[in-house]
Amino acid sequence: MHKSIIWINLYIWYREAIFEKRYLNNYLNGENNMKKLLSIFAVLAFAFSANAGTLDDVKNRGFLKCGVTTGLAGFAAPDDNGEWAGLDADMCRAVAVAVFGDRSKVEFITTTGKSRFPTLASGEVDMLARNTTWTISRDVNLGFEFVGVNFYDGQGFMVPSALGVSSATELDGATVCIQTGTTTELNLADFFRLNGISYEALPIETNDEGKENLFAGRCDVYTTDASGLSSTRAAASNPDKWKVLPEIISKEPLGPLVRHGDHQWGDVVRWSLNAMIIAEELGVTSENVDAQMSSNVPEVLRLLGVEGNYGEMLELSNDWAYQIIKQIGNYSESYEANVGPDTPLEIARGLNALWTQGGILYAPPFR
Amino acid sequence: MRSNLGFFSDEKFRSIFFQTLVVGLFALGLFFVISTTSYNLEKRNIATGWSFLQNPAGFDISFSPFLEFKSTDTHLKVYFVGVLNTLLVSVTGCIAATILGFILGIVRLSSNWLLSRLVYIYVEFSRNVPLLLQIILWYSILIQLPRVKQSLQVLDVFYISNRGLYSPRPIFESGFLYVLIAIVLALISSFLINRWAKKRQDKTGQQFPVFSSSIGLIFIVPLILFFILGSPMSFEHPEMKGFNFKGGLVIRPEFIAMFLALSIYTAAFISEIVRAGIMSVSKGQREASAAIGLKQTWIMRLIIIPQALRVIVPPLTSQYLNLTKNSSLGIAVGYADLVHGFGGISLNQTGQAIECMAIVMATYLSISLTISFFMNIYNRSIQFKEK
Repeated sequence: MHKSIIWINLYIWYREAIFEKRYLNNYLNGENNMKKLLSIFAVLAFAFSANAGTLDDVKNRGFLKCGVTTGLAGFAAPDDNGEWAGLDADMCRAVAVAVFGDRSKVEFITTTGKSRFPTLASGEVDMLARNTTWTISRDVNLGFEFVGVNFYDGQGFMVPSALGVSSATELDGATVCIQTGTTTELNLADFFRLNGISYEALPIETNDEGKENLFAGRCDVYTTDASGLSSTRAAASNPDKWKVLPEIISKEPLGPLVRHGDHQWGDVVRWSLNAMIIAEELGVTSENVDAQMSSNVPEVLRLLGVEGNYGEMLELSNDWAYQIIKQIGNYSESYEANVGPDTPLEIARGLNALWTQGGILYAPPFR
Repeated sequence: MRSNLGFFSDEKFRSIFFQTLVVGLFALGLFFVISTTSYNLEKRNIATGWSFLQNPAGFDISFSPFLEFKSTDTHLKVYFVGVLNTLLVSVTGCIAATILGFILGIVRLSSNWLLSRLVYIYVEFSRNVPLLLQIILWYSILIQLPRVKQSLQVLDVFYISNRGLYSPRPIFESGFLYVLIAIVLALISSFLINRWAKKRQDKTGQQFPVFSSSIGLIFIVPLILFFILGSPMSFEHPEMKGFNFKGGLVIRPEFIAMFLALSIYTAAFISEIVRAGIMSVSKGQREASAAIGLKQTWIMRLIIIPQALRVIVPPLTSQYLNLTKNSSLGIAVGYADLVHGFGGISLNQTGQAIECMAIVMATYLSISLTISFFMNIYNRSIQFKEK
């Protein structure tokens, strides 16, 4: 960081600390010199730890830091050109476009199932788009804020076709590969307990490790989100040798998340996602977005920034949503390109279709 | 005479002043760390406290040879399972590394050129390749073993596959208690015989066959009793049922990989320590003992080893500590040790990072200090005693 920025930030942080009466009272009241000395150190200590608004941080830095998986085809994985691609990667890019109007202004930072939360909490990334399940404990206790759902998923099982198993309830005594530190780990224990059958857990760290152990026969079953299974199956040398069982044992709403307490930044990420969903609802695509600028539908005009000043409210440029649709596309375009039926993952829209089309994808109105 | 600098020229004052300064700075630094941490925790709305230890874990641990673990058990139990698994691989690893290290250290000094060179290559290879790579290497070899359905069968009772080594499990029936008592009594009496024999030899010079009589007491007497009681022990054989073997004893490839990598890696260091220890005993000692007509094995046992141990034990202690701490690498292959279970999964499911890490660190510290404590006692007992 540039030296002058450090001093400016120090000043801002110092003022922030001054306004925090709780801490101030403890340290600045009283004549004791030692106390005063301590108070200076205390203010400095807080100064180095606290942060100003994330949006300002991102703008000052000039690019977005986005936490993604270590590689899950269709969600976030480097493509043939080494560019990050996928549904989650598009989410990151959409936020970068909203802030900078440039889809390349994003640094992808890989995180494992375990490292993702500390990485976000410590401020090493500005947001996570890492097929992370929205649960009450993560939302409340871990101090994060889920801003929406960009993929409705559920936990499933994948087995070798040769195993001759047709239902997960037949898996008594099987060895199950399971990513540690995930909600799937807890669902798995619940499912087997509920059905009164036993299993042996083989804990693994990454999707690749799970793949390796399953393909080597160290475990009989691999369990993770159904989308992840499709992704793993698509990456096998012979996908027909693997079968995804019909049981879906959990709700896994996957969505982007930010740190608790920075509502301005949360709004930017939330509405970047909503803008893509609303664009699909309104039939605005990356191809027709320029023509839609002269549409007669009021909500389209509001979305594209022709009418109203929604961009300003978010402290973004007024064409932020236009740029997202132009450079990334609407939700449907992103879905079809990354995980849809025409991709190796072959995941039908299902729950992820718009609410008007039999799914549960729903964004609040743009007004 | 005192100079104009007054107090500062006073040695006593100076030393107190600087020591107070150091303590003060340290306390200030500590205050810094604690206040920053608690401020940040509060700012980020992260709950703190120890109550999570009583919450049900919600996940399963399949490798828990000593405690039965269910997903409804608490995080505290996850901790105990982790500690026991860490101790299991550390203790077995230390024993194997010591035996292997002593043998290799002696072989390295052998006059047989080929043997000595082979050990040299082994030592250089295994202590210069990172341990993590060795663990992963062993694990990737082990999961290339046949699949569970095509298990290799050895002697009709052992099954080897990439799910582990299955063997029959002994089941002790009620009468077996007497055999156990017999073994304990035999151990105590051979210890007493040993003491008596030594005293008698010191006094009269007469020797007593301590070794063979102890063997007879410890093995043959309980064995006879075992048959008299009608063999109160049976075996539970592993059987292929569904997806896996049921019953029997199983040693998982994760454990085998950790055990092999840790003991082979550490044995290389120990063998060098043993070699240094033996070489530190001056040549004159060996020549002198040969001159008074001692046998080769006696020279080693009575003259060389006791003197070498004084050099060997202190660095050996630090190898034990290293091995124990290195066992935390088990996470690389999914071995359910302390770091993997409590410091990993529990930490991640509860989000109580500082508490979990503090407990894990305190645990490693106590294990290490305990090892040091006992090794120091042993070290004192073998030191040269002046009479």
